Formats: sequence, C-alpha cells, structure tokens
Amino acid sequence: MSLDTTAIGREFEPVSLLITRSRLRAFAEATGQRDPVYTDVDAAKQAGHRDLPVPPTFMFGIELEAPNPFAFMADLGVDLRTVLHGEQQFDYHEMAYAGDELTATSRIADMYDKKGGLLDFIVKDTTVTNQDGATVAVLRGITVVQNRAGKDTK
Amino acid sequence: MTTPTMDVGADLPALEVDPISRTTLALFAGASGDHNPIHVDLDVAKSAGLDDVFAHGMLSMAYLGRLLTDLVPQQQLRSYKVRFAAITPVHGQPTCTATVTSTDDVNGERIATLELKVTLADGTVTLLGEALVALD
Repeated sequence: MSLDTTAIGREFEPVSLLITRSRLRAFAEATGQRDPVYTDVDAAKQAGHRDLPVPPTFMFGIELEAPNPFAFMADLGVDLRTVLHGEQQFDYHEMAYAGDELTATSRIADMYDKKGGLLDFIVKDTTVTNQDGATVAVLRGITVVQNRAGKDTK
Repeated sequence: MTTPTMDVGADLPALEVDPISRTTLALFAGASGDHNPIHVDLDVAKSAGLDDVFAHGMLSMAYLGRLLTDLVPQQQLRSYKVRFAAITPVHGQPTCTATVTSTDDVNGERIATLELKVTLADGTVTLLGEALVALD
C-alpha cells in the first residue's frame, strides 16, 4: 500500500448543486438521451414527474462541483493520470427534479491494495440529500490507482 | 410506457449507441462535471503514456442508465451498480444489454434483478453491472 491509510474515515466538505433544467438538458444531449421525459417539462409531467427528473447517474457529478474536486487525490500523492474508475453504485431512495438543491456529503470509507501494491483502491461513500434534508440516494465509488512497478525506486 | 415482460432468463431490448466522438466527450465533461483532462486533452493522455484520450466510465454507465429507464419508469429503479472492466476508446461503439436473472419479493415489492453489460463492436466487455427494479 503506497497510500496513507490514515485518510480512511476522512470526511469532505458537503457540496451543493441547484439542479437546473438547462443542466439536465445538457446531460441528456451529452448522453444521447432521446426520451422527452428528460428534456421536455410537459412530457415529464405527463409521465407523473413534477419537473425534469434527475437521471440515474447524474448525482455522481454533484461533488465534482467543488472548487478543486480532485484535490484530495493530490493530497494522497496520487497522479490523476494513473487513476481509473473501478466500480460505482447508486441506491435510490427518492426521485430528484430540476429546481431541487442537492447536497453531496462524502467520506473515504476504505483503502486497500492488490497485486502486491501495484494497484491501490480508494472507496468513497456519498450521501445525497435534497433541500428538505431527505436522502435522495447513497453512492459508493471505487477508484483504482495504478502504481507503476519500480516507480518509487527511480 | 409499457413495461416489458420481466420473465427470468429474458433478454431485454438492447440499446445500441452511436460511436463515441471527441465532441461527445467534451459535452459529457461539461454536463457531468467530470473535468478530468485524461478524457479530453490529448497532451495529458500522451504524458500519461497513452496513445489517445478515452471515454469516461460514467458515460457508459449513463448509456446503461438510458437502457434501464427505457425499460421501466425511473421511479421504479431501486439500485444500480457497475464494475468498469475495460476502458472505452474514442470511436468505440457501445451496445448495452440486460438479462433478467431473478424476481423476488423484497419489502412488499416485486423486484427484478437485471444483469447488465456493455460491449464494444470488437467484443470487448467494458462494463458489467446489476440493477434492481420494482415491477408493477
């Protein structure tokens, strides 16, 4: 393990994002989403939503709204170029919609290594709440750091 | 929306996506908030020893999310998780598939478990996952 495991349990400053229709439409455009429920307020309402719904994976990006979202990687001595997304999980509690203000609160839940230290894993848990304090979703992401063999001896 | 029959073993309608362009990666970086330059900046990719940028894993997860919300209204999605098995190169063409592996009663709801996969045109599996959806 080449990372400082005392970071396990570290909590991050909560990050909030006011969800706008324009941002959700941009996400739909970028992901090729053609279902009008995700871009057209009338279609959304006909489908039983109160506004454009926040799609299933959008909430991953809330904490990336922080001024320097990858700073904790630098703090751990991790070069962002060596990082891969290993796993991602979402557990859904409530729907969220344009107009909601969502807050992501994260902590480092675990760190471990594999392959004799060639790979380090950082597990981060994130709870997303809405403006009423209700939990909308709970996320778990696993980041893989690829350590090059012999890196520390050069 | 008509929910397709979720019989165990049933292969659900696949979602074929257009090849991923550099424009798509730029749009996704902005819309998702993921500005890691390894996905949009060739100079950074080369400095990391790569030949080119590669697609965000979360873009493939979003495509699979589209497959799920094509199958059932999003309100019925209870859980969704993936493991990223291989990177997706620029111009890669993902196809998203889902198979029903079980249906169970959970907390008073009928829940289907879907096994999920994203495969590129050359057969590379980039993403494996599972979703739990409530049935009507």
